[in-house]
Amino acid sequence: MVEISEIICVTCPQGCLLKVKHEGSQVLEVLESGCKRGKEYAISELQDPRRMVASTVKVKGGLHPLVPVYTSKSFPKLLIPNLAKKLREIEVQAPVKINQVVLQNALGTGIDIITSRDMPAERKVNRKW
Amino acid sequence: MKRDYDVVIIGSGPGGLAAAIAAKENGAEDVLIIERDVELGGILLQCIHNGFGLELFNEDLPGPAYAQHFIHKVRGHGVETLMDTMVLDITPERTIYAINRGLGYIEIKTGAIVLAMGCRERTRAQILLPGSRPAGVYTAGTAQRFVNVEGYMPGEKFVILGSGDIGMIMARRLTIEGAQVERVLEIMPYLSGLTRNYVQCLLDYGIVLEKQRTVNRIIGNHRVEAVEAVSVDAAWQPIPGTQEIIPCDTLLLSVGLIPENELSKQAGVLLDPVTNGPFVDDHFMTNVPGIFAAGNVVHVYDLVDWVTEAGYVAGKGAAAFARSERVEPGGHIPLKAGENIRYVVPHKLEKAHLAVELVRLQMRAIVPIEERVLVTVEDQNGEVVAKKAQPYARPGEILTLALKPQAYEAVQKATSLTVNVRKR
Amino acid sequence: MPKTYDVIIIGAGIVGSLVARFLSRNKLDILLIEKEVDVGMGTSSANSAVLHAGYDPPTGSNKALTNVMAVEMWPGLSQELGIKYERCGDFVVAVNEEEAQVLEELLERGRRNGVPGIEIISAEEVRQREPLIRPDVVAALWAPTGAISDPFAATVAAAENAVMNGVELMRETAFEDFIMEGTRIIGVCTNRGEFFSRWTVNAAGLYADEVMHQAGVRPEFIIKPRRGEYVILDQADFKLTRLTVFFPTPTDKGKGIVVGGTLHGNVIVGPNANFVDSKENKAMTTEGIQEIWEGGNKLLPAIKRKHIIAQFAGLRATGNAPSPNPDINYNQDFIIEIPDKVSGLVNLGGIESPGFTAAPAIALKVIELLQGAGEVLVEKADWNPVRVPRPVFRNLSRDEQAALLARDPAYGRIVCRCETVTEGEIRAEIHAPIPADTYDAIKRRTWTGTGRCQGGFDMPRVVAILAEELGLTPEEITKKGGTSNFLSRRTKDVDQEHLSVEALI
Repeated sequence: MVEISEIICVTCPQGCLLKVKHEGSQVLEVLESGCKRGKEYAISELQDPRRMVASTVKVKGGLHPLVPVYTSKSFPKLLIPNLAKKLREIEVQAPVKINQVVLQNALGTGIDIITSRDMPAERKVNRKW
Repeated sequence: MKRDYDVVIIGSGPGGLAAAIAAKENGAEDVLIIERDVELGGILLQCIHNGFGLELFNEDLPGPAYAQHFIHKVRGHGVETLMDTMVLDITPERTIYAINRGLGYIEIKTGAIVLAMGCRERTRAQILLPGSRPAGVYTAGTAQRFVNVEGYMPGEKFVILGSGDIGMIMARRLTIEGAQVERVLEIMPYLSGLTRNYVQCLLDYGIVLEKQRTVNRIIGNHRVEAVEAVSVDAAWQPIPGTQEIIPCDTLLLSVGLIPENELSKQAGVLLDPVTNGPFVDDHFMTNVPGIFAAGNVVHVYDLVDWVTEAGYVAGKGAAAFARSERVEPGGHIPLKAGENIRYVVPHKLEKAHLAVELVRLQMRAIVPIEERVLVTVEDQNGEVVAKKAQPYARPGEILTLALKPQAYEAVQKATSLTVNVRKR
Repeated sequence: MPKTYDVIIIGAGIVGSLVARFLSRNKLDILLIEKEVDVGMGTSSANSAVLHAGYDPPTGSNKALTNVMAVEMWPGLSQELGIKYERCGDFVVAVNEEEAQVLEELLERGRRNGVPGIEIISAEEVRQREPLIRPDVVAALWAPTGAISDPFAATVAAAENAVMNGVELMRETAFEDFIMEGTRIIGVCTNRGEFFSRWTVNAAGLYADEVMHQAGVRPEFIIKPRRGEYVILDQADFKLTRLTVFFPTPTDKGKGIVVGGTLHGNVIVGPNANFVDSKENKAMTTEGIQEIWEGGNKLLPAIKRKHIIAQFAGLRATGNAPSPNPDINYNQDFIIEIPDKVSGLVNLGGIESPGFTAAPAIALKVIELLQGAGEVLVEKADWNPVRVPRPVFRNLSRDEQAALLARDPAYGRIVCRCETVTEGEIRAEIHAPIPADTYDAIKRRTWTGTGRCQGGFDMPRVVAILAEELGLTPEEITKKGGTSNFLSRRTKDVDQEHLSVEALI
């Protein structure tokens, strides 16, 4: 079925409304594209939408009970729920270093999940609240 | 520890970290950061989402990674830090009184101070939200700290008031951690955060945003049981017959930020009623000689990259002041808000400054213009000193214009400069 | 055979707590029961904190008698209980000739009631004392014995002093019915079982009518909850020239909307007075906030909406009891009696404004009633009327602060930055004779979270400290008991998955 979909472009802060004629994920024509980058964005949004995903995983013996993590590359949007579930099962041991891989080749995407900060081990002197 | 420093920075968010680095790099020997939390980084540590560093590094980093870049640098530069320490008072003569558990009462004298306390969230009381006072009404930032840092969910079924960036980002975050976000309500006819966040945090997850709608009443005695939503007219008055009871257990507020300047006031720093931050010159020095301010304590920024840059300018200015290179500054001209401009930071410009380096001006528009605009800096005779074309102007996004050394001659003749934003 | 108390007091508001405190002087077994998780959570928790001079109530009424009597008790009582008290005086402001006429009546009534020192002062004098007063002020009634207290602190201190002197306090213990033997009350049924006593004092505040009806006393007496809404202004933004209280000229609707200082340095504006349907309806309304704002602005045009940092509402226990004084025609008086119909009951009711002010005098009246009924009170040798206050960091000098945190490093950590409250103060309250074991209990005692960020900064920290000190998980910590938990679960412990792939398509 040929459809015309509207997509808000997030390539720059302007947020142009793009119009795309497509059949499923097959792009037939980008009707309104804002600019050249918009056209590319529209095609990728229909064919293979991806997002940077950030979340946390549990950490044992750390200053905080969680350490923040993110996808080293844009991650397939439709796999986000499964990724969220997967990350809940992971627990790492403090101390943790930034860019440490907590999940390799997440869900077979070839994309690693890495930490976004150091997490020192809990110490009496910096006992938190 | 020492009790005498060249530069002391209060707060270790992006502004404070940058100020410390710049102070060191510009000749200040003894530099100290005082931080009230147990670690450096400020609010960035709870902003685990991506989107930081695009302007400065051309990289899309999460908040903690952005902060860590600067924390490493601060450590490498030999900046001293005093954590878990609260500043109680600052005098205009730059004596700082602070306390912490280990050292007790601390009195520090310093050549210069950089205020980098950031901002705080507007609360329920400040928007006069009616209804009962149960548990379950939180600012988006408090919820963010719980979910991302402390490791606890503040509820399961949410309504979010305000389409500010933190609110939208929390909508996505809570959804990913298994909660339900019933609705995001925005009293204005337009989004108050970035379009990117609307798409990637709300649209992606099928979370409904309702504009020109607000919370009319909070319901529930012990814990929030529901909120009553209502549509509003252009004057924010509720429209009868549009009420809807939305069952939920938590109401998150993302209704604006206010610069945190209670310490500044104690030190005799004068505040601009428009920005709620100090009046600053082009070195981010306040009216009190030797007291500088950087970041969200001056005005609420939209991008962290600009906060870092402001920190650099303030830190450099503070180092110069501490080394007595900068005597009582003179040759200032005022920078004024003109057509469709709510405010301009800095508030005044030292004319000679442009001989050395460029000076960045930052402005907020009053009303949105969704077509090509021209930002102009004009002297008292309407002569254009600098200009910049932009695809649009929106109140939610800061306008930035660099006054370059090329404008030096024109600025020498000016007695004041006014910034305007107009349709092209 | 279960233990029989000498006295059971129903309700630990300011009245019940002070009755317990004054009675604890004697060799009596006393039980104080409170349905909420903390003392002082009802009417005592939300009022203007003003100790009225006593020119307002009708001469000869219970209200007038106890009000004026209590005014003289508060300075000494505050000192004994270790709470702050400021006799700053109050003004009733008239803005036209008609109102000035009413001031004359108030002056006359005040003198009849025995209020010392009241006088009418000129517009010029009012402006001199507070230049921010609206410029067209005509005159004002000045009452030098008007004062400001802290109703939370007073209630906690009174209850605590009672507990120190042997009174048993049971919280989350709700009165359900009396246990009667014929017409004699011999105890009470509660959600926590039955308790027996020789005397029972009804100090149930908003619910006093329902309690007395259970004993068959005064079936015609009804308490209608009358809500008063308030706002608090940020002391960093707005201050009165000197600490005082401004009333508008009263009308037949009541004393009107006040602008006054508080002991914490803030300015309070309110209350309005509107009857509501429920004794738990402390909700604020848009109309109500508008109403008090207009009222406050009338007195001090300089107050600005953007100075507001907090808002709350309280309920008054407005009754319909005729005054016991046959010489006056007044139908909204306090009930302070031992009723004829039953024995073993001291009955209090309709304790609305000036109830907070009058409370210590009401407590003494209760003792008089008991003695009048033949109760022989024997003083304890070891009664200690003095409650030593715990340190309040922000009120100390720099040297005192340094000494305090040298002794206990927990006083070196600020938990509430707006109000400068330390971890040490919070831990001390958790381990006080009446433990503060909810967030609001900590808030009422230390003023944590009452400043401009309204708990945004301190709340996660206070929750963590409460959990640590009480040996609970953070999810178990509540705002005010019952189901008012702050947190639902750990971030990663998801019971029910809501996020699905479908949502993302």
